[in-house]
Amino acid sequence: MRGASTERVVAAIDQGTTSTRCLLFTRTGRMLAVAQREHRQHYPEPGRVEHDAEEIWRNVARVVPEALRRAGLGPENLVALGIANQRETTVIWNRHTGVPLARAVTWQDTRTGPIVADLVADGLAGLYDSTSGFGPATYFAGPRLRWLLDHVPGARAGAEAGDVLFGTMESWLIWRLTGGVHVTDVTNASRTMLMDLRTLEWSPRLLEALDVPERMLPEIRSNAEVYGVCREVLPGVPVAGALGDQQAALVGQTCFAPGEVKCTYGTGAFLLKNTGSRIAGSAQGLIPTVGYLVGKEPVYALEGSIAVTGSLVQWFRDSLGMIGSAAQIETLAMTVPDNGGCYVVPAFSGLYAPHWRPGARGVIVGLTGYITRGHLARAVLEATAWQTRDVVDAMNAESGIPVTRLKVDGGMTADHLLMQYVADVLDVPVERPLGSEAVSLGAAYVAGLAVGHWSELEVLRSNWHRAATWRPDMPAERRERERENWGRAVARSYDWVR
Amino acid sequence: MPGPIQSVERAAAILRVIGGAGRPLALAELAAALDLPRPTVHGLVQTLRAEGLVDQDRTTAHYRLGGGLRTLASGWDRHDLRASAMNWADALAGSTGCAVYLAVPEGAVAGIVHHVFRPDGSPQTLRTNTEHPLHATAWGKCLLAFAPVSTPGPRELELRRYTGRTASTVAMLEAHLATARQRGLATDVGEFEPGAGGAAVPLRSGGGLTVAALGIAAPTEELFGGGGQPRPALADQLRAAGREISALLAAR
Repeated sequence: MRGASTERVVAAIDQGTTSTRCLLFTRTGRMLAVAQREHRQHYPEPGRVEHDAEEIWRNVARVVPEALRRAGLGPENLVALGIANQRETTVIWNRHTGVPLARAVTWQDTRTGPIVADLVADGLAGLYDSTSGFGPATYFAGPRLRWLLDHVPGARAGAEAGDVLFGTMESWLIWRLTGGVHVTDVTNASRTMLMDLRTLEWSPRLLEALDVPERMLPEIRSNAEVYGVCREVLPGVPVAGALGDQQAALVGQTCFAPGEVKCTYGTGAFLLKNTGSRIAGSAQGLIPTVGYLVGKEPVYALEGSIAVTGSLVQWFRDSLGMIGSAAQIETLAMTVPDNGGCYVVPAFSGLYAPHWRPGARGVIVGLTGYITRGHLARAVLEATAWQTRDVVDAMNAESGIPVTRLKVDGGMTADHLLMQYVADVLDVPVERPLGSEAVSLGAAYVAGLAVGHWSELEVLRSNWHRAATWRPDMPAERRERERENWGRAVARSYDWVR
Repeated sequence: MPGPIQSVERAAAILRVIGGAGRPLALAELAAALDLPRPTVHGLVQTLRAEGLVDQDRTTAHYRLGGGLRTLASGWDRHDLRASAMNWADALAGSTGCAVYLAVPEGAVAGIVHHVFRPDGSPQTLRTNTEHPLHATAWGKCLLAFAPVSTPGPRELELRRYTGRTASTVAMLEAHLATARQRGLATDVGEFEPGAGGAAVPLRSGGGLTVAALGIAAPTEELFGGGGQPRPALADQLRAAGREISALLAAR
């Protein structure tokens, strides 16, 4: 598709776990072009996953011009550039040379276990919980930074001398694009375990507890403001927005009112609920976080993550060989009318929110001679729906305000049987928007807002078009019976690892 | 009538050898099993690979049976079709303002595999897994016109008259199908529901075989200009999306 040369568009960079993409959006939120490049995953040891930040930067420098070429547009057509990124991935680099001191330590990496255990042993869990919003966990960027300071030669001395800088991926890309503007945004900063969730500033006490020199940290900014102007890749174009990927999807799905919820279904799933100006409690493994800051007042969100959703279907395909493609699980599941009494609990690496059971492992229960591949396919899909229900129940319990509809995006929304089942077990309508690029769209939105391409958040709602609605259609007694069975299956997965 | 064609016999033998081996085979092993020169076997097996009937491992270069064999008996998996078409179907709804349907032949009806709402905020109901008549909808007639092997002939259909415009005689339906073949696009001008229009193009997989119909739906006055011709801007968008999805299907 080619656009007219007078077209004014916003570019979004989606710096993800496996690839970096550039997408161009019109004022109505329509995608004009996309370009994508994958980067290497480095596994130096079990439990360690690293990315080469320099390779990711090179990919940015390639995909941006490629997307423009595909749309038949030039840099003069761009009003702004926004970034959405994989969260919690940590990089340090030399301020003078721009060279990373080590590979970036990614969000899947669990090497910081001992650092986190020390924080807990030192009785600091309460301090973290009350300041950053959640207790210490390997999931967040702060402990990774500490690990890099402890293990990379020259890192600590360089940081203390002001020669070494820290950033998550958006910081790194903004620094390279602008030639030296060192900033982060509130959503990414809220995932470091170093920021005070109330003041939205680095917390001196948390920095001290992790022994991180403050001068290496980027300045925390809002999600929609001109951080700087590109010197590289798109000279003259303002870099005007950044968001962590899940918060970007919240904005892309236009969940601007308290109580609105989105769920992005990928290999795992992430539910974020807008809690307005209120910081939610962190009970049951849900994480309070910054939703977005556009203007003066922050909007908070409550996040629940599910580790295994799409990856269970991949396992069913690749490890069990039951299907030839992920989409075919729907065909197989439709060969039977129900699960035949069979349940799959995919606690492959323990259970996350709201159960929080690291010692759990996966189980298949209810097997009889009656069970066929079709029943297993149903049980695999239903596991995603019930895990969603568990997180939604925990969110409802936290605020007392029930979720009344769920906006969904991501690859698994192609599975209509699954989406219908999600609607059935939640007993609320499930809605898919036109275009599946909620993450990138959110990044484009904040950048466009910053430069006045859009006047305010609310006008973006008119860009959200319903592509499908799945309405609940399950008798209440059946839903209750199935929920109870799922709960009993989950209980059987607990404490398998001793 | 000529005798059996040697290269077809040999191609069938290659599939049997690979299928019976229980593990991927090297070119040398295949050539030895068939007692044929390596270049001959290479030409045959690479042709089978291009047709999707044989896969080649990227690192070992060994051959195994291809994914195309799975779809030989059953046709395309309808959910693979939906997954392949979904992004372009969304883009088509966005650029035309119409609802989008993806339909496959299902005995004497068109089965709806995918449905994208008309993006105007109006209340709509998801039609996935419903059945539409072949002779009275754009996607149904598209399948009749372009997938004659996998659909019944016009004489075998019950040509129920849904509206005054339904093609309710064999002669009328034959004329509609001839127009569709000539335009490369089938239409429904209020033939299933009064005032509701549709237009559909075939989706073709490798070898040009029609496996599904991609359609747009809107009120007839929006979809059609004078003389019952679909508006060129909409027809162009529909054809372009059909080409893009077909290219994806052919590449699988």
